[in-house]
Amino acid sequence: MRMIAAKAIVECLKREGVEVIFGYPGGAVLPLYDALYDEKDIKHILVRHEQGAAHAADGYARATGKVGVCIATSGPGATNLVTGITTAYMDSSPIVAITGQVRRDILGKDSFQEADISGITMPITKHNYLVKDPDMLPYIVKEAFYIAKTGRPGPVLIDLPVDVQSTEIDYQPIEKISIRSYRPVYEGNMKQVLKAVEAIKNAEKPVILVGGGCIISGASEEVVALAEKCQIPVVHSLMGKGTIPEEHPLSLGLLGMHGTVAANLAVSECDLLIAVGARFSDRSTGKVSTFARMAHVIHIDIDPAEIGKNVRAHIPIVGDAKRVLRQILENVEPKKHPLWLERVQEWKERHPLRYKEEGEIIKPQKVVETIWRLTNGEAIIVTEVGQNQMWAAQFYKTKYPRQFITSGGLGTMGFGLPASIGVQIGRPDAIVFDIAGDGSIQMNIQELATAVQQRLPIKIAILNNGFLGMVRQWQELFWQRRYSNVQITAPDFVKLADAYGCVGIRVEKSSEIENAIKKSLEVKDRPCIIDFRIAPEEKVLPMVPAGGSIDNMLVD
Amino acid sequence: MRHTLSVLVENKPGVLARVAGLFKRRGFNIESLAVSITQDPSTSRMTIVVDGEEQMIEQIEKQLNKLIDVIKVIDYTFSPTLERELALVKVEATPQTRREILDLTHIFRATVVDVAENSLIIEITGDVEKIDAFISLVTPYGIKEIVRTGKIVMARGLQSL
Repeated sequence: MRMIAAKAIVECLKREGVEVIFGYPGGAVLPLYDALYDEKDIKHILVRHEQGAAHAADGYARATGKVGVCIATSGPGATNLVTGITTAYMDSSPIVAITGQVRRDILGKDSFQEADISGITMPITKHNYLVKDPDMLPYIVKEAFYIAKTGRPGPVLIDLPVDVQSTEIDYQPIEKISIRSYRPVYEGNMKQVLKAVEAIKNAEKPVILVGGGCIISGASEEVVALAEKCQIPVVHSLMGKGTIPEEHPLSLGLLGMHGTVAANLAVSECDLLIAVGARFSDRSTGKVSTFARMAHVIHIDIDPAEIGKNVRAHIPIVGDAKRVLRQILENVEPKKHPLWLERVQEWKERHPLRYKEEGEIIKPQKVVETIWRLTNGEAIIVTEVGQNQMWAAQFYKTKYPRQFITSGGLGTMGFGLPASIGVQIGRPDAIVFDIAGDGSIQMNIQELATAVQQRLPIKIAILNNGFLGMVRQWQELFWQRRYSNVQITAPDFVKLADAYGCVGIRVEKSSEIENAIKKSLEVKDRPCIIDFRIAPEEKVLPMVPAGGSIDNMLVD
Repeated sequence: MRHTLSVLVENKPGVLARVAGLFKRRGFNIESLAVSITQDPSTSRMTIVVDGEEQMIEQIEKQLNKLIDVIKVIDYTFSPTLERELALVKVEATPQTRREILDLTHIFRATVVDVAENSLIIEITGDVEKIDAFISLVTPYGIKEIVRTGKIVMARGLQSL
């Protein structure tokens, strides 16, 4: 069928099941936006900054498991996507970014709004394309989605010169593609699986470590089944949060820098560490040479390059977390480790996550805990980055996968609000809370306008301490309280909420926390900002100093 | 130790940049690199020499394999291979020294490809050690310029990449 390439792209997107696009128009994507004008099946969400589009597409992908799509124009539009694409890359989130580019005949001549975005994004995409042959478009779109969502997912960028978009092509839908150099392995090697089964049989102090790969592959059921069948306690990385219900008796909580005492000690003492879909980031391991030093390591990951990268694996298994765990479950015998579980339980009871109440001073942990209680542990929690993120991770006990959405790998401040937009669009019936800091929220505050335009009932809980809190905490602990440039002012968030058309609530007393959250839950047609004036110098604890061993934690 | 990797890639624009960028951002240093098209015009073959410990080489191979445009990576370090490099060496040559340089050239089965009043260009092919040895022997005469192609390797026998 003859049609304009831009129209063909829209047809391709529909075939991939795309229902929503986050984007911002500009000169080099005019043909594409013209094709979207008549489109009934794809909703376009107009953001206020392209970075917001990338984060929203990412949030949508993380909350739904589908591929998120964003569009930006050439040059500054495209470069504004970069932080969002990198965020998605670091956390293996499947997004397809479509950028406009200058005409082919002026490409490479420093033309107006020209930037070599395919060159710029080479190290931060799973793959990318600069399309010079309009006839290849249907293949490229198909390939882009296939690459983004299979194997270890990740962002893919398609750069489209504006004249390519307006060329007439002969469009034929592509049913199947095959890429000779890309064949992800899903099934685990049976010999390795049996070695793992044997190791589980012989272990006396085993621990399961779940990472983001468990969420992506939907391996929750299998993780819980293995933990229960063989009585193995489970710790999670930040990205693995939600794999196992955190109130499950075998869940020990977060591992690493701000992890629980029980999780960190269990990993330090275990004789078998079963890491599933985790990449042993430095925030999880602390000092690598002392990490799990007593343990045999089974490392299950779909990306062969992760195995042996940071921590040596004695039994590597390349494959999809869910499938490999099933293979293990089919072969493993039930086991019990009463002494080990008793020891772990003792750590759990003796060192729960805690904070001190101080009269009417608002403790951020209490804010998160109250949100948790009032939402019955069922809300989707999106975070910014820093102390807010860690308090959210520690005190909101999740029940389900895809319930905790955070920039783990890149640690992108400003992620939370735009990501919440994607989350709420993808999960319209869910209660979505963005747990924010007064620093982070100012990084992409402009997206409030997007949320208002879309009437999204996102709740934004700002843990406002007047500081860039995590940096302040490091300066307090390791830089002799030399508070260099961490005092940050903010606008009056209640007035700001009003100006944008949101509901704004200020909370200055601990006793008002509950009512404010209840009030925010009643807002259904627009965002609601709650400005919690929290204790200015509250710290996130426990803490493992950077580069230290995880069994050596600051607790008070 | 030094490893020689043969990398079969899609013959597409930007593939060299992807490979080079990967080495740069993971902190791997390329010692030599030779690229050209193969018998199949849709693929190119790179021969990359890289120095590093086993674990690092393993990471390089795995990271290369993750690039969508990389079809195959083989480490030929420990297999029987034929390896060759070509160099052009421009040496100062006076009437007094020209004879000695020509003798060395013949001993190394190299060829003189350009003769000027005060210089010779010698083309030499062989393994890296042979070229290194030749260069060190002619250095005293005064080397004006050297260009080396970088090593290429091929497995002996029927086996192919």
